[in-house]
Amino acid sequence: MMEFIFGRLTWSSLPHEWFTIGGTIAMSGMMISAIALVTYLKRWKWLWREWLTTVDPKKIGIMYVIVASLMLFRGGLDAGMIWLQQAISVGSSHGYLNADHFQQIFTAHGVIMVFFVTMGFLFGLLNFIVPLQIGARDLASPFLNTLGFWLYVAGAILINLFFVFGGEFAATGWLAIAPLSELQYSPGVGVDFWIWSLQVSGLGTLLGGINFIMTIIKKRAPGMTMSRLPLFTWTSLFGMILVVSIFPILTATITLLSLDRLLGFHFFTTDMGGNAMMYTNLIWMWGHPEVYILILPSFGIYSEVITTFSQKKVAGYTSMVLAGALIAFIAMLVWLHHFFTMGSGADVNAFFGISTAFIAIPSGVQIFNWISSMYKGKIRYEVPMYWFLGFAILFMIGGTAGVLLSVPSADFQLHNSLFLVAHFHTMIIGGALFGIFAGITYWFPKVTGFKLHERLGQYAFWCWLVGFIVSFTPLYILGSMGAARRLDHYDVSTGWQPLFILAGFGFLIILTGAMLHVVQIAVSIMQREKLKDTTGDPWNGRTLEWSTASPPPFYNFALVPRVTSRDAFWEMKKNEKIIENPKYEDIEMPKNTALGIYVAAFVFLIGFGMVWHLFWLVAIGFIGGIVCVIIRTFDEDTEYVVTAEQVKKMEGGRKIYG
Amino acid sequence: MKKDPHGSFKSYIIGFLLSVIVTLCSYFIVVNHLVPRDAATTIILTLAGFQLVVQLVFFLHLYKESGPRWNLVIFISTIGIVFLVVIGSIWIMYHLNNNMTPTDMSHVIQSEEGILK
Amino acid sequence: MDKEKLHHEDEKTDIVKFGFWIYLMTDLLMFAVLFAAYAVLRDNNFGGITIREIFNPPFVLGETLLLLTSSFTCGLAIVFANQENKKMVVSFLTLTLILGLGFLSMEFSEFAKLFGEGQTPQRSAFLSSFFTLTGTHGLHIIVGCFWIIVMLAKIVRSGLSVGTARKLTLFSLFWHFLDIVWIFIFTIVYLMGGLS
Repeated sequence: MMEFIFGRLTWSSLPHEWFTIGGTIAMSGMMISAIALVTYLKRWKWLWREWLTTVDPKKIGIMYVIVASLMLFRGGLDAGMIWLQQAISVGSSHGYLNADHFQQIFTAHGVIMVFFVTMGFLFGLLNFIVPLQIGARDLASPFLNTLGFWLYVAGAILINLFFVFGGEFAATGWLAIAPLSELQYSPGVGVDFWIWSLQVSGLGTLLGGINFIMTIIKKRAPGMTMSRLPLFTWTSLFGMILVVSIFPILTATITLLSLDRLLGFHFFTTDMGGNAMMYTNLIWMWGHPEVYILILPSFGIYSEVITTFSQKKVAGYTSMVLAGALIAFIAMLVWLHHFFTMGSGADVNAFFGISTAFIAIPSGVQIFNWISSMYKGKIRYEVPMYWFLGFAILFMIGGTAGVLLSVPSADFQLHNSLFLVAHFHTMIIGGALFGIFAGITYWFPKVTGFKLHERLGQYAFWCWLVGFIVSFTPLYILGSMGAARRLDHYDVSTGWQPLFILAGFGFLIILTGAMLHVVQIAVSIMQREKLKDTTGDPWNGRTLEWSTASPPPFYNFALVPRVTSRDAFWEMKKNEKIIENPKYEDIEMPKNTALGIYVAAFVFLIGFGMVWHLFWLVAIGFIGGIVCVIIRTFDEDTEYVVTAEQVKKMEGGRKIYG
Repeated sequence: MKKDPHGSFKSYIIGFLLSVIVTLCSYFIVVNHLVPRDAATTIILTLAGFQLVVQLVFFLHLYKESGPRWNLVIFISTIGIVFLVVIGSIWIMYHLNNNMTPTDMSHVIQSEEGILK
Repeated sequence: MDKEKLHHEDEKTDIVKFGFWIYLMTDLLMFAVLFAAYAVLRDNNFGGITIREIFNPPFVLGETLLLLTSSFTCGLAIVFANQENKKMVVSFLTLTLILGLGFLSMEFSEFAKLFGEGQTPQRSAFLSSFFTLTGTHGLHIIVGCFWIIVMLAKIVRSGLSVGTARKLTLFSLFWHFLDIVWIFIFTIVYLMGGLS
């Protein structure tokens, strides 16, 4: 009976180690402070009405970025702990973390950075910017949008919840490879937290992917043909196509793993006919295209930034689009390069080695086109351009390292070494994250109405760039010297320690950069009058988002723009196509809904219940979620009308281009 | 929405009858051993593919989209990925399994290492 | 309904159908993984029962014809919905439900028989993948049957509104899709199993 009610929960599941107690206190502290602040300011109704139940993609986008930033600090903390351990755990010293704990930390670091930081930032930018770029007022399904966001939050909560309940996370590496992740070798709740936080947030990602494809294909403004799409929207589309192509694979694979763990099935077990190698095969079928999802939108951001700050149209628009499509396509064909060493033999390895090397070709097209786009342009070196230049340097290095790794015989030496770790961090930080920082700086005035402080942005950039180089060059060297990844201890005779310590200094420089970002935001807020964007077009932009006010009104466009060319807004400005005496119309907007947050809450209960074997809770979550969805689907009254009069008043005589 | 009701009835009836015929063909080929084994595998897979197209055309009306054929494009790309996932897995796993130490070899290895029980 | 509202509803139907179609494709990809796992693990019966021994030809043919017919009756329900013939829609949806439940009861009895003999998913990798593939399909059919019941309730109570007709269209996509997946389960799992 007790087992039915409490499942696997026991008193010892509650925090009793220094880090679980510390983590619980930290998270509770943050939550209590937030609750206290909102209560003090008497803003609960406002919070619920304006933010928690909103379907406005601009607000959802902001919330994604906020949650992703919080997760960035958690993931960064994990990185710091890894650095510290590896810098001091030499010879007779075993550092301050035991092996099992160390393994949980690098696992959490990877999962959080990939799923909750990068994906969170990307969905944030996509939500705010894509509808504006295509001249739409909202995504195709506002309900799926809010639901997707709250599922992401539910997943983020689940992955941090082990601090409070259970005390252990997966110690398997970020992809929880079988058979280590099977019940026999990971009997605790750690891997289950991993599984269910990814199932919950993965569902949100999938819904978001479907939503963005629907939006980009079906909700473009009149005249915005596919060949006139801004490049950020194009690469986002490719990213979302990859999302819907691969997240079902992830869902299915970790479902099979959870069937093994929960019900004693034998997909990936070491006995009864299970085949653990199949897990590696399937999970990388997801895992490789995933990293292209992370990078493609950033490629689009670079295209936007370069063209705006060189005041030139992009060189080779068609080849950029085709290159992006080709990258997405080839990304589906290379996954075996993650397990060259698992022994599939020369034929198979050769095929995947060649396909992997091939990806360098369209990537090269992109780089050459970016440089050509800058050539003979009137270049302004604002902070977003700094991020692009930093990316260009790092991506060259990391990309070349990737091509090196694509050769199976070389990979046999470098597989799972620190060389590999350096390569993929170069791509994700130097490629995806720098792009995200460029995008946030670039679009910050659009979102808030004021620019970010320039000087501080430059300082932050330099810290990130220099810090990254100082931190990861030692890792390239260490990997070439034979250092494996994920080591919690190594011998003095290797002579590796100085390089690990140097890497640690790099981490501190990066940390300074991150702190400077925080300072930059605080200072920018304080100086917002001085940094104000009064026109909505602070950079002399080329695409439609810059035609709106900063921040845009909740309906985005008073009149749906009529597009006649690429770089639609640039053309409108050039031809001075202002609409005299605009005829305002009634606008239908979607109503806010609490059902997104409710369904996500029920799904959270399913996740938590599955981890702890509280099957009655799973049932409640399941039924509750279904009921809410049915209620939503039978709600015929999901829109309201903003009258032409109201629109006219809110526009306040603002110039409308069209 | 202008739809010819009789045309639609016809569509489903044809689709249904074709599907039943194809199903029965596959069934009897296997059950009555009408064809040697390898040929049978190819034939029933082809028949399944044919029935897929029949149902796509007559039940799902996939050809009927007005304007750009997004649904069709998405369907074809998904089929491509399905092939990739299934055939790719079979190819890779076949090679991985083949390169595993066979059980009779493991006896030899164990005795060479002096750990044969 | 006036022309502008009709156009708005048509547009909405188009977008919703498109989105649902994309979702179905993701579902198809999930099945692809289950098929791949089955293909890789189907010979790993670890000394236990094989697919050849499980395959009961007339039984599976019965299941297949039941599901196929239900797909047919579902299609007819849609035709009647386009003609706004509420009574026939209810009849053919009910028929679809009955056939679907018939399929489910046959599959359930097949599972029950195997479980009774100790041939559970825990017995071997082959059985794990067999039960997961067919069971996931069965779960989808259960969801479909539940969906029919909810829709029948709505139609009987408040008739065939534009919104309900739209949902009916989505349901038919779902139901046809499940029959298509079954064609491949029938062929790859059962028929090819019979050939092995």
